[in-house]
Parts: sequence; C-alpha cells; structure tokens
Amino acid sequence: MARFDSLIDSLGGTPLVGLPALSPSPEVRLWAKLEDHNPTGSVKDRAAFFMIQAAESEGRLKPGDTIMEPTSGNTGISLAMIARQRGYRLICVMPENTSIERRQLLEMYGARIISSPAEGGSNEAVAVAKKLSAEHPEWVMLYQYGNPANARAHYETTGPEILADLPSITHFVGGLGTAGTLMGVGRFLREKVPGVAIVAAEPRYGELVYGLRNIDEGFIPELYDASVLTTRFSVGPDDAIRRTRELIDREGIFAGISTGAILHAALGVAEREVTAGRRADIALVVCDGGWKYLSTGAYAGTVEAAAEALDGQLWA
Amino acid sequence: MAIEVRIPTILRSHTDGMKTVEATGSSLSAVIDDLDSRHSGIKGRLISDDGSLHRFVNVYVNDEDVRFTGALETPLKDGDSVTVLPAVAGG
Repeated sequence: MARFDSLIDSLGGTPLVGLPALSPSPEVRLWAKLEDHNPTGSVKDRAAFFMIQAAESEGRLKPGDTIMEPTSGNTGISLAMIARQRGYRLICVMPENTSIERRQLLEMYGARIISSPAEGGSNEAVAVAKKLSAEHPEWVMLYQYGNPANARAHYETTGPEILADLPSITHFVGGLGTAGTLMGVGRFLREKVPGVAIVAAEPRYGELVYGLRNIDEGFIPELYDASVLTTRFSVGPDDAIRRTRELIDREGIFAGISTGAILHAALGVAEREVTAGRRADIALVVCDGGWKYLSTGAYAGTVEAAAEALDGQLWA
Repeated sequence: MAIEVRIPTILRSHTDGMKTVEATGSSLSAVIDDLDSRHSGIKGRLISDDGSLHRFVNVYVNDEDVRFTGALETPLKDGDSVTVLPAVAGG
C-alpha cells in the first residue's frame, strides 16, 4: 500500500532487505530492517506514536497540552512531528552533547529544548526531566524508558513485520537504549519462534557520559527485562564507525552510527554461527539514516580520528 | 600475558587514577579477588552484600555482558579484556 491519509498513517511497514555482500555465507544471512523509512526517518516514530495514542486514550493528553520528554534526539523528533499534527506543545530535555542536526530539526518542528549537562549523558536528561515533571504536574511526560506503550509498539508492529518477512529467522539484533525495541520484538519472537536468539548491542560512549558522582546514580530502564535477551554486547565508537562505513561501502546503506554498533554485534553472532556450522537468518535494525550525524565527523577521515571526534558525544 | 581490566572514572580512586590495570585469574570472581589484593576496596564497589554483581555495575568480557555468560563464574583466559562500566541511560 502506498497511499495514506496522513504522514502518521504511513508509519511502519518498513522494508526488510538482505545484506548479500556482508553475509558470511549462503547459510548464514543478514537482513536489515530499514527503520529510516519511517515518517521522520527513525525507529522511534513507532514508540512515539504508540505512547501518544495510549496517553490520549487514557485521557492523559488533550489538544493544547504540553508534552515533556527526556531524549537524545530521535524520540524527540518523532514526538515533535506528531505533536505538530495533533496540536500539542513539546519540550525536549536533551543532553548538550548531542548533534546539531537533531537540535535544528527539533527547533524546525517547533519544539522547545531544555539542555541538560553533557556530563552524565542521558542519565542527567532523565534526572532533569523527572525534576521538571514534579515541578510542572500539568506537563505530560510520556517517559520512553518506562512506558509500556514503547515496547508494545514493537510487539504489535516491528516484531510481526519481521516475522512475516522472515519466517526462518534465528536471531534478532537490536540497539539497547530504552530497551523498547528489544523487549517488544524480543517478546513477540520468543512467543512465535522457538529457540530464537535476541541480541542487544549497546553503544559504549566516551568517559564523560559515564561521569556519575556515585554508582548508585546508575540507571536501568524500567522496561529492561534481561530474561528477554540471549546476550548483550557493548560496542565502542571505533567498531561502530567501521561497520557504519562498511554498510555504505558494501551494501549502499547510509545509516546512523548506532546501526554500525548493531551491525558489529550481528556480524559477531554470524561468525559464531558459521564456526558452529549452523544455518542462521539474522535480522538487525537500521535505526536511522546517517544524515543527522554528518556533523559528528564519523563519516570522514580515518576511523581513529572519527572515533576521537565522537568521544564525549552521544552518538547513538 | 595477563588480563587487561578497564576501570571507569568513578572507580579510579582505587587504582591510583589508572584507566587500565592487569589482573590474573581463571574466572571473573578470581580476577576481582586478584584486583582487590592490589587495589584495596575495589571488590566492595563491584559486588553487593549478597555476593552478586552490583545492580548498577556492568562487566563485559571481550565486549560481551557477563550477566549472559555465567556472571562471576564467567571463565577468563590470558589475553581476554574485561571492561567495567556503570549502568547509565542510553537512547
């Protein structure tokens, strides 16, 4: 179907494309779910739409209301697009070490940005948003890290779409941020595909981002349930950048840096399957396109220089 | 050859500010004991009173989260790399 009543109605139904050049063998194949094909160009459109819809149907959100959300960018951009169409105001609490493109996009959509300190990354954004929420009870915080509608979006849409396109799936590899994608798709696939492996790829940022004052200020998203996962990999900026570039060079896919991290984990899984002599169909998420990250320097110069440029930035 | 352990900023008070230290041991718990013998107090920061890994501490062996590979019993060999990081919000 190619005709829709509005932009929001075109959400989801994204293509799943094979990665023939990167797949290690005809028996171990990689498949990319192109979430950059969503209305604002990222996987977060699904969660944003489901969270807003849930808040509306629960009567928590009425036209004219103000939504406030901690976000490193993509969720904010998705919320901003829907807010524009539905008549909500939006305030994004964003760490200051996020790319300029994300800020400019949010401003174009009419969102207000409140910056949180770079040190502590999204942890600080969450803390600032929770404090603001207490001070402004009239603002509606959808809170993507703990909102079941975030995971439900993927349980009801992303998961079923992947299974319909790839009934022979053996592995799903997604990025770990709020945990929404992994929990939603993971739960759905586990119910339908015995033995399916659910693999998390978690970006490993520079030291600034882990600058907690106390270990007890640590944060685990309320949505996170380790029992849904088979395993979890930490992927540093050098590996993420190298894979992001390979995805362009070998398959022609121009993706954001978090996708490089996911591809790195997926290739690690693929190698294990080849070594074990097993057949595998590995689906991975392309979270967004690379456009919003051009200013980070990740796409130019040596991998070493690019990784250095990313140090201290929230690149996923 | 030993095992390289990457220490996060927040725990470097135990390692005289060093970012990476070396340790030996055939499991993660043995490596942590070995670390503690040279960097006193670090074990108490990594392990809770109940003997398991602290809730907000993530440990990766060759980039894989040890909670999925046997936790403290995760086997280690020379040349492996261990990374310790506090759990922080992503996304």
